[in-house]
Amino acid sequence: MNQSDDTLLLANVSRRGLLKGLAGGSALLLAARWDLGLANEQAQFGAGAMPGGWVDNPNVFIHIDPDGTVTIINNRAEMGQGIRTSLVMVAADELGADWDRVRARQANADQDKYGNQNTDGSRSMRHWYDPMRRAAAAARMMLEQAAADQWKVPVHEVRAGIHKMEHPATGRELGFGDLAAAARELDVPVRSALVLKSDSELRFIGKESGLINGELKSAYPKAIDGEDIVTGKAVFGADIDLENTLYAVVARPPVYGAKVKSVDDSEALKVTGVKKTIRIEGTGQPAAFNPLGGVAVVASNTWAAMEGRKALKIEWDNAPAGDNADYTSDAYRESLEKAAQSPGKVIRQSGDVEVALKEANKRVSATYYMPHMAQAPMEPPVAVVRVENGKAEAWAPVQNPRATREGIAGLLEIDMANVTVHQTLLGGGFGRKSKPDFVIEAARVAKEFEGQPIKLQWSREDDIQHAYFHAVSVDHLEAGLDGEGKATSWRHRTLSPSIASLFAPDPKHKGEFELGMGFNTMPFSIPAIRLENPPAPAHVRIGWFRSVYNLPHAWAIQSFAHEMAEAAGKDHRDYVLELLGPGREVHNLTVGDGWNYGEDPDLYPIDVARMRRVIERATEEAGWGRETKKGRGLGLAFHHSFVSYTAVVFDVEVDDDGELTIHRADIAFDCGPQANPERIRAQMEGSCVMGIGIALQSEVFFKDGVAQQSNFDKYLIPRMPDAPDVVRVHLIDNPDDAMGGVGEPGLPPVAPALCNAIYAATGKRIRRLPVGNQLQVS
Amino acid sequence: MINLTINGQQHELDVPDNMPLLWAIRDVVGMKGTKFGCGIAQCGACTVHLDGVATRSCVTPVSAAQGEITTIEAMADDAVGQKVQQAWLDLGVAQCGYCQGGQIMNATALLKKTPEPDTQEIVDAMAGNLCRCGTYNRILAAIERAADKEASS
Repeated sequence: MNQSDDTLLLANVSRRGLLKGLAGGSALLLAARWDLGLANEQAQFGAGAMPGGWVDNPNVFIHIDPDGTVTIINNRAEMGQGIRTSLVMVAADELGADWDRVRARQANADQDKYGNQNTDGSRSMRHWYDPMRRAAAAARMMLEQAAADQWKVPVHEVRAGIHKMEHPATGRELGFGDLAAAARELDVPVRSALVLKSDSELRFIGKESGLINGELKSAYPKAIDGEDIVTGKAVFGADIDLENTLYAVVARPPVYGAKVKSVDDSEALKVTGVKKTIRIEGTGQPAAFNPLGGVAVVASNTWAAMEGRKALKIEWDNAPAGDNADYTSDAYRESLEKAAQSPGKVIRQSGDVEVALKEANKRVSATYYMPHMAQAPMEPPVAVVRVENGKAEAWAPVQNPRATREGIAGLLEIDMANVTVHQTLLGGGFGRKSKPDFVIEAARVAKEFEGQPIKLQWSREDDIQHAYFHAVSVDHLEAGLDGEGKATSWRHRTLSPSIASLFAPDPKHKGEFELGMGFNTMPFSIPAIRLENPPAPAHVRIGWFRSVYNLPHAWAIQSFAHEMAEAAGKDHRDYVLELLGPGREVHNLTVGDGWNYGEDPDLYPIDVARMRRVIERATEEAGWGRETKKGRGLGLAFHHSFVSYTAVVFDVEVDDDGELTIHRADIAFDCGPQANPERIRAQMEGSCVMGIGIALQSEVFFKDGVAQQSNFDKYLIPRMPDAPDVVRVHLIDNPDDAMGGVGEPGLPPVAPALCNAIYAATGKRIRRLPVGNQLQVS
Repeated sequence: MINLTINGQQHELDVPDNMPLLWAIRDVVGMKGTKFGCGIAQCGACTVHLDGVATRSCVTPVSAAQGEITTIEAMADDAVGQKVQQAWLDLGVAQCGYCQGGQIMNATALLKKTPEPDTQEIVDAMAGNLCRCGTYNRILAAIERAADKEASS
């Protein structure tokens, strides 16, 4: 495959020069929603505040060949969210390119050149929509100028067509390819001079296409990687094929922090194809993105390496792991449930909850549990690394190419300039591949094989047992209701180990970016609120899992709101609309959150009116309030996350044997302006299915520090029979607010909505996930 | 030496008899469309056809793969496979795409055996193929679409 990443210039203008132009244009306004905000170096929020910021230089992102082929660079990781199609489509639309003549090329890891490439936090479109449109608009204007120069007419007489420039007065036309060479010589327009297309001139952006709730509207524009995927040609990390490659697997310590005491590799070395074993020192705790250590087996093919690993005799030393070796999930859950009975660190407070609870007419109390889960992308972690002459080259399916590059440079003690990271397609990510430990591990092995590529493959067992686990959680809630069932007080204690424990001595408390995921940002309008965070230590690697701490927070809060409605004898939807109160904007700082997903609170307040609107839409579409027969029920949940709004209603049936059928899901989603509605629908559908797995099936539990699930026979994730019969996605038409995230916000409300539906159908309240066999009649 | 016939081509491989077909295809023959997902026949990413039957190559030793092996790379030349691929594209099934080769292999084998499956037959036949992105509803719709096309052609 062609891994060349030279940027071909449309014009010979340096980024520095462009930025100078940008700074001069800080007062420009293209349109309200095109507010460019501050230049990178001053930005406090949004894309500009990310490491590396944004880049909107057309020279970096857009190249036009003389034959008219348009190549657009995608700088974000493609892991199934469709960003390679959607972001390239945004640029192609603004440029006026014929979609059939557009190619995508993946950027290498190069933050200085491409801006921030860390693909997480549901940020790709909301941070890169504007820069990519500006880059494409600049390129189009350079083509316009080139045509005007050639025709010797004023540029305003030139009309931009599809893949060509036209001079209507004389009927002359020139294709993009004909103009590329001349355009390349022109200066990039300063940002204040850019003119973006009006909505009516757009062909793709914001336009519905594809499959809409069972009906095919249009199969165009087709996905960038679609044909390669269905023909088996798409290149994932595992598919990199270099001459002379050796294959490696690693036996890692079963307990987090343990080390190799002794290894006998004599039998392993007898396995046909095994070349060598290498002892890898672990870097202890906190592990961050460092290899866990263990013993690598290097062989002439993957299977030989796996067979060799089976033949290793390793004695592990659990002493460095400390009490991680005693970590057992049941006991841990009980310890958190006990801790939840005592006050914790106060995160947010208004009114006097204790007094209000005492004076309440009725008190509601419940404790919710969500277990550890593994992201388990279908492509297990895998990387190819070659170390040669003090340089390293990696090919890897990573969400965070920059951290990958830094990690390899750090391990090899070489300058980052000597590390090249090629970004492949990701066979799923879900947060697992935002941790590049597996690439750094491959570099560690490759260091022993000068000049020879090492493909290091994780087995599924490796992936599940050595995940960066989604944090186990206990959430304890108590509310007081008055004589009419109205909530007068709300006390929520949340307990989870923190992701911060991965990078620093365990703080035992959630950090701001964890609490800000739906805990303190809970928008209910209740007079007395007290939010607390008692301690919870980490015993395994805790890491990002799609939607992260929004999962337990939404699960607990949305389940509990339903329990309150039941206690009040009120309809769930009516009750939560009352809890939310009238439409208003809640500023994150007023609820104790200083993070707000990194976004400007003025552009991205927590908008209660938008929350109400998705609830109303989902319930209306689902036929909320209709009579259901015995054993059937509707359940609702909603959540604000990644600056978007989601509500889900499930229609389920549970038969006399406890067998669950999910008839339908209605999902209402508001992410503000929609760049590619087709892929937004796909993300909602996929989130729905993944969320069903979180609700019903998925759990990794630990005994003596060792994960007890290791493959899909015991770590269950949804299969086709588990999917709803029908999933309907209702996108809220809202072009006026700021653009929100898409990849993650669909997931948090799914599990509570499903469990609320199960309650409506059966009267059985689920407080501990997964549901597993809890519905079975004993 | 082991002889394999993959997509009509003969391959003579110097591999142990018990090497799973998956790794022979991927690491030795060098064809990458067939994917590794679990190694224990739980996910279906490695699905190939062995004499037309959908087979999990990750648990099939090369010694047992003595027949016509067909992989995703050959589906574009297969009349049913083509319809399935087209339906996948029309409905935008794939998200990350890693499992989809295996899904298409399994769906194609189903339609060859049962050209007009009902919904339950599709769900039953596809239950062994995992998709972590959760594209099942579109997979189902695509198989129904391909079956319609098959029936009307």
